[in-house]
Amino acid sequence: MSYQTDRQRVSGLGSAKDGTHEWIGQRISAIALVPLVILFVLPLAINLGKDFETVRLAYGHPFNAIVGILFFITVSMHLKHGLQEVIVDYIHGKKKLVLALLANTAFSTILGVTGVFSIAKIAFGG
Amino acid sequence: MADVNRGDRPLSPHLSIYRPMYTMILSITHRITGVGLSLGIVLVTWWFLALAIGEKYFAFADAVLTSVFGGLIMIASLWALMFHLCNGIRHLFWDAGYGFELQTAWRSGLAVIAGSIILTILVVAISMGAS
Repeated sequence: MSYQTDRQRVSGLGSAKDGTHEWIGQRISAIALVPLVILFVLPLAINLGKDFETVRLAYGHPFNAIVGILFFITVSMHLKHGLQEVIVDYIHGKKKLVLALLANTAFSTILGVTGVFSIAKIAFGG
Repeated sequence: MADVNRGDRPLSPHLSIYRPMYTMILSITHRITGVGLSLGIVLVTWWFLALAIGEKYFAFADAVLTSVFGGLIMIASLWALMFHLCNGIRHLFWDAGYGFELQTAWRSGLAVIAGSIILTILVVAISMGAS
């Protein structure tokens, strides 16, 4: 038997009262990705299958390097939000949900950091 | 008992309860391509990591991505990306409050399909021309 009043028991329940910032963040990254995708895909399409020195030189150029780093930062945020939306829609049960969300955070962070680090290392000539 | 189930409640029924429609197929394709691209970008990230590591490892990663199987995954990912890009722009217009009329939504959907195919062919042609 709880000594809480009915009013106290329901206080804070209902919707999450949170999430608008995620919705807006997903749109901001989406808008940024429209030009970034085009600028990222073209040099990638051109350089796939080329020899090491040519590709190193291409991504050593500040333009490709900056676009690449911007792309990896933005896309890792965007795919994290996107996958999170899919996870909360389809994963049943709190335990599985929390595990899936943690895995998503790990995946998107590692992906973004790996991409940024790789391009930075290439651009700085290391 | 008050809300023993907190945070562990059933979900509303979704996909399985609706009759499939063309616009709905586009909507779920947006999600499917989004999830698929999250996996496709792992390969691209690996290619960049290989480029950062060294010549031998890059040759291996590049050979995988340009092999027949790797190439098919790359072209499928490219189409998925172009679809997600075009349909994403369509969604941004909706978010801004435009294009909700049935006929407009229908037509913009067709434009997305056509655009994604044309852009895919264009990028593949650029890639072929460069190599």
